[in-house]
Amino acid sequence: MTVPAIELKGISKAFGPVQANKDISISVAPGTIHGIIGENGAGKSTLMSILYGFYKADKGEIWINGQKTDIPDSQAAIASGIGMVFQHFKLVENFTVLENIVLGAEDGGLLAPSLAKARKELKALEEEYELFVDPDKRIDEIGVGMQQRVEILKALYRKAEILILDEPTGVLTPAEADQLFRILDRLRSEGKTIIVITHKLREIMENTDTVSVMRRGEMTATVKTADTNPQELAELMVGRKVLLQVDKVPAQPGKPVLEIENLSVTDSAGVERVKGIDLSVRAGEIVGIAGVAGNGQSELLEVLGGMRPGQGSIKLNGERLAMHGPGSDGQARRAQGVAHVPEDRQREGLIMDFYAWENVAFGYHRDPAYKRGLFMDNAALRADTEAKIEKFDVRPPNGWLTAKSFSGGNQQKIVVAREIERNPDLLLVGQPTRGVDIGAIEFIHKQIVALRDQGKAILLVSVELEEIFSLSDRIAVMFDGHIMGERLPAETDEKELGLLMAGVAGEAA
Amino acid sequence: MEKMPKWADVVLIPIISLLLATILSAIVILAIGEDPIEAVNLMVTGALGSTYGWGYTLYYATNFIFTGLAVAVAFHARLFNIGGEGQAMLGGLGVAIVCLSVPWPHWTIALLAACAASMIFGAAWAAIPAYLQAKRGSHIVITTIMFNFIAAAFLNYMLVNVMRPQGSQDPATARFPEAVHLPTFQSMFSTAENVMFRGAPANISFFVAILACFVVWALIWRTRLGYEIRAYGHSETGAVYAGISPVRITVIAMLISGALAGLMAINNVMGEAERLVLNATEGAGFIGIAVALMGRSHPFGVFLAAILFGFLYQGGAELALWTSIPRELIVVIQALVILFTGALDNMVRIPLEKLFMALRKGSA
Repeated sequence: MTVPAIELKGISKAFGPVQANKDISISVAPGTIHGIIGENGAGKSTLMSILYGFYKADKGEIWINGQKTDIPDSQAAIASGIGMVFQHFKLVENFTVLENIVLGAEDGGLLAPSLAKARKELKALEEEYELFVDPDKRIDEIGVGMQQRVEILKALYRKAEILILDEPTGVLTPAEADQLFRILDRLRSEGKTIIVITHKLREIMENTDTVSVMRRGEMTATVKTADTNPQELAELMVGRKVLLQVDKVPAQPGKPVLEIENLSVTDSAGVERVKGIDLSVRAGEIVGIAGVAGNGQSELLEVLGGMRPGQGSIKLNGERLAMHGPGSDGQARRAQGVAHVPEDRQREGLIMDFYAWENVAFGYHRDPAYKRGLFMDNAALRADTEAKIEKFDVRPPNGWLTAKSFSGGNQQKIVVAREIERNPDLLLVGQPTRGVDIGAIEFIHKQIVALRDQGKAILLVSVELEEIFSLSDRIAVMFDGHIMGERLPAETDEKELGLLMAGVAGEAA
Repeated sequence: MEKMPKWADVVLIPIISLLLATILSAIVILAIGEDPIEAVNLMVTGALGSTYGWGYTLYYATNFIFTGLAVAVAFHARLFNIGGEGQAMLGGLGVAIVCLSVPWPHWTIALLAACAASMIFGAAWAAIPAYLQAKRGSHIVITTIMFNFIAAAFLNYMLVNVMRPQGSQDPATARFPEAVHLPTFQSMFSTAENVMFRGAPANISFFVAILACFVVWALIWRTRLGYEIRAYGHSETGAVYAGISPVRITVIAMLISGALAGLMAINNVMGEAERLVLNATEGAGFIGIAVALMGRSHPFGVFLAAILFGFLYQGGAELALWTSIPRELIVVIQALVILFTGALDNMVRIPLEKLFMALRKGSA
């Protein structure tokens, strides 16, 4: 039997009363891809942080290539041949690719010799692993997929033999994700050992050799990927049976609620992001907008949600809405009957340092129900929060915690609870389940479908094709600010949508 | 999860910072051949050992409460108002105009009018940098600093060329009439047999300052405007999502901030000098920054920090009076306190956070 590339023996780590990792042991054979899957807060990232020297384990041992190893800091991790690619890249935006790769690994006081040496090594690495990037492009000039390659190259440049990737596909399009896994496959064939942390079952099933499931700080199972299936993994993750497919009856669309005609949006840099689109959403219908991130979907949601001005015509229940100036801001939109679950809950949908009960009023803080005389009626607000926490099963059920102390899924439940409970005519939903665990995804999807069944109109934007397919009654694909076409989910497939997303027009465009 | 308990953040860190500043000050005093224990003793007796000392300490504290609140309100909207000094100067101009141009029958009415005038003048002085920040993106730190200089020059001009009484050599306004003199602590608290706060400048403005603390607290944590200010301060994109106009909040927060800084003039101009002199603010606008930092932008914290700085001002003056410790050293001590409590916050915070993490691990 070969010596494992990495072996963890009985790792435990507590933060105060929270046991983030409980007696965890895994062993990863060299030259394999090992997946670690679990819900948010299951302890995956803590475990990897221990391996990378950010945290020190309370108990347990780390063995690398059969040697017991101490990893007090990231320097030691790098020295032991461990490379880490974080979910949020750690790159200097206005440095070139080459400068980023050398950063922190320069030899000597002069930069030029290091850069020259790095350029040569980079070329060798690129050829060895077919990982091509332009070393002289600045980071802010290249796409996310490329940036991730730079992160991988950074690790390889530091002679990493073991590569850890934390939620690597969170920011990638399906095509970019496929490319990433091709790269990882190549790295594996060159003998590297790879650990991928993710909550996406499909990625695990398609790309890994073995998989470990974590739940509430414990390793619940380690199995060969070939011997398991998504349903079993999901159950191991959540601890109960889950519905991977949204259970919904066919839509009963009514009259049009939202009618968009010739809408154009120009961003603050003067670039036209939405280029004269027409779209309508009827009552009792979910319209999903598919597309690679950055093709105008965000701007479309922002105009509808009152976050930026636009040109053209938007009608809600037959009445034209203002597109700039008075009557076009977020307050006005809420009054007009538009609720908005924004794409980025941490920067937009919530104030992370506010208590949960303060966030329940966010955007509706001028509602007379929350007003008493000159002041805000905080008691009413807190009572309202308790009801919402209960109904939406927010955990922990404590309104006096700041938003940042909740997991991603529970943060999103707070936002969804706030918006859905307003009983809006039109609900805008952006990336509702980004960074949200399976249990919460199921719950949030159910709530959205329930709102549809009450006869409300829902406009969904998601970069997850699976989500678009399982929720939408009608799918529109956006590319470069245009709507490339509309399809019914039953009459199309991922391949066709993928082509539309790439800008290849279909016949019905 | 919070890195450490809240009480450690609001109580322990300021106290440790203060201790460090004290130790360093003691070393400096030792180095110039004086006795630090004796120096502390002198400062404490001088500033807190008599009602006279308290009268000065609270007088200075009143100034710092107003400017500290001014900085704190702006902080909540993530605006760094360095212009408290200039706004307080303009507030003084407002007070002087009100006190000199109307024959007030009683100080109470005059005080109300002076409050209004000082707030309007202070707010007006903050309005221009606020507008430039909100609409043009000119950084508020830069513009408010520049406006301090403009205010000083403007006041110089007004005092020398416009408001100076004929024949006077002194660049100051005429004395305010008797009717607008504010009650001092001496007149308020002394009895026939027991004179308290004799000759000290503390006056009724101190209670206005305490009232202002309550008003600011209610504004920030109990009103919709305060909610919007805090939300904007935490996240501008979040504010836009919630339909809170960044332009509106920037301008309003700065107007309130400027008004609070301007309000200081009822203490130093109307209460103490009873006329407007050059450089009446004596740097209180800048101390307000340290006070707000140390007070964690909370009105109660601002109140405590203002008392501390009042103590340092008065104790420092006593020290210069009774020892051969040079006046400049007092400035050094004050600077050390500002440095440790304000600028070097993280120096204490980070080790303390680590300590709490370690403690928590030990107990788990």
